[in-house]
Amino acid sequence: MKHIEANNVNAYYGENHVLKDISLTMKANTVTAFIGPSGCGKSTFLRCLNRMNDYIDSFRKEGDIFIEGKDIYDKKVRVEELRQKVGMVFQKPNPFPKTIFENVAYGLKIQGIKSKSVLEEAVEKSLKQAALWNEVKDSLHKSALSLSGGQQQRVCIARALAVEPSTLLMDEPASALDPISTAKIEDLIAELKENYTIVIVTHNMQQAARVSDKTAFFYMGNLIEYDKTKELFTNPKHERTENYITGRFG
Amino acid sequence: MTKLNQNRIIDSAFKYFGIFCTFFGLIVLAIFIFNILAEGLQRIDWDFLTNLPSRRPAKAGILTAWTGTAWILGLTAIISIPLGVAAGVYLEEYGKKNRLASIIEINIANLAGVPSIIYGLLGLEIFVRTLNFGGSLLAGAFTLALLILPIIIVATREALKAVPKSLREASFGMGATKWQTIWYQTLPAASGGILTGIILALSRAVGETAPLIVIGALAYVPFVATNPMDEFTVLPMQIFNWVSRPQHGFVVNAAAAIIILLLITFIMNGIAIYLRNKWQKKVNW
Repeated sequence: MKHIEANNVNAYYGENHVLKDISLTMKANTVTAFIGPSGCGKSTFLRCLNRMNDYIDSFRKEGDIFIEGKDIYDKKVRVEELRQKVGMVFQKPNPFPKTIFENVAYGLKIQGIKSKSVLEEAVEKSLKQAALWNEVKDSLHKSALSLSGGQQQRVCIARALAVEPSTLLMDEPASALDPISTAKIEDLIAELKENYTIVIVTHNMQQAARVSDKTAFFYMGNLIEYDKTKELFTNPKHERTENYITGRFG
Repeated sequence: MTKLNQNRIIDSAFKYFGIFCTFFGLIVLAIFIFNILAEGLQRIDWDFLTNLPSRRPAKAGILTAWTGTAWILGLTAIISIPLGVAAGVYLEEYGKKNRLASIIEINIANLAGVPSIIYGLLGLEIFVRTLNFGGSLLAGAFTLALLILPIIIVATREALKAVPKSLREASFGMGATKWQTIWYQTLPAASGGILTGIILALSRAVGETAPLIVIGALAYVPFVATNPMDEFTVLPMQIFNWVSRPQHGFVVNAAAAIIILLLITFIMNGIAIYLRNKWQKKVNW
């Protein structure tokens, strides 16, 4: 089943044409990796999927994006609801300067959920899903900023999971982390695939190869190649893709 | 070799010049404080704080003046804080960054530099005459609120600017609205800087005399203000009045009142510094 579908998406920052006629579909419960050199448009495209570009004044988009069959740029769509369905994890861990509990409960609180037991249950569940519960269960009321970088990133993942999204967007989630934390995040992605559709932007091609089912290679705003990860890495159809994955440029 | 020596001489000359400049201000300030303390400290007692003004210096107290200052402080805070913070939030978080915005920004910065007596004239025309507040606490508070509004707006904007974009993105990414993001994340993260700005602005308001003279605050008020429409005096007015009297006893009174006024501003600045340090320690990105 098609979970995410993009049709002829073009995007501009002012005069700058940053996404050129991107069309692709992603299935539910899969991991899709976006790779490509810096400035190729992969992060921009990722941010189109939960409309995080809306706040950039000069940003303009053409074409349609459907998630679970709904046009997410339709006027009737409330962007807040969209982002509850399509969660996001950022490059640099960005927990709120509040306790771990408050961080994870934030999404539910802003939806108006006040019941302590509901919040506690959701926090525990989300932290377990993010493989962090055992490390922090006794320090839920300590500042999230006191944790290590890898733990902070998992708090951010738990925070995104707490509102029960269907989709998780990850913008280079491990690029600021050490190898052990990175491995934990990668294991986590493999587990989360059971319940979520995951899109991950990464500069690390080994990571893309390890975690993803399908890989999209972006270059200069174009989607050059989009295929099963194994196929793309072992048998790339385009010369550009081959050059990139073999490290000859970028 | 001579060139090198010359450079060395200039180098050490500048060092001593710098030391002189630093101590010049400090020494003047120390002499001032020492004089005031020597003159006024003996005069401060409970009676001085609780007596009404009087024609006899030994019986005169600053009850009306410091209660007036407290009233003005409170009312000015109530008026200026919501207006200033809300304006700062609007300009920084909602307002589009275009030409108009930069014109507004420059003008607010300019307003902070307008002489305070001009605000007095503005207050006289708008609050005292047009709105018919008379020479009341309310007119004084509104006038001072206008005076410090630019400071609060600028401080709020600067504090909000220092909040990293990643915090806002995290909140928006969770499906928070703009208002929820501001209320739950941005404002609390900026609160240290905003509070510091507010307190510094208020301590400026506490020391202002000129605009209050213009709007007609009285130097002699024989009763304690009980509501915002009462006429009033404040500490700087009382000091101004006393130093212009010929009797030595009033000069002593003025010195004592200056100590109290200094104390109030020092305490407020102390609170501002405390809040800033606490804030810096708590949040490191």
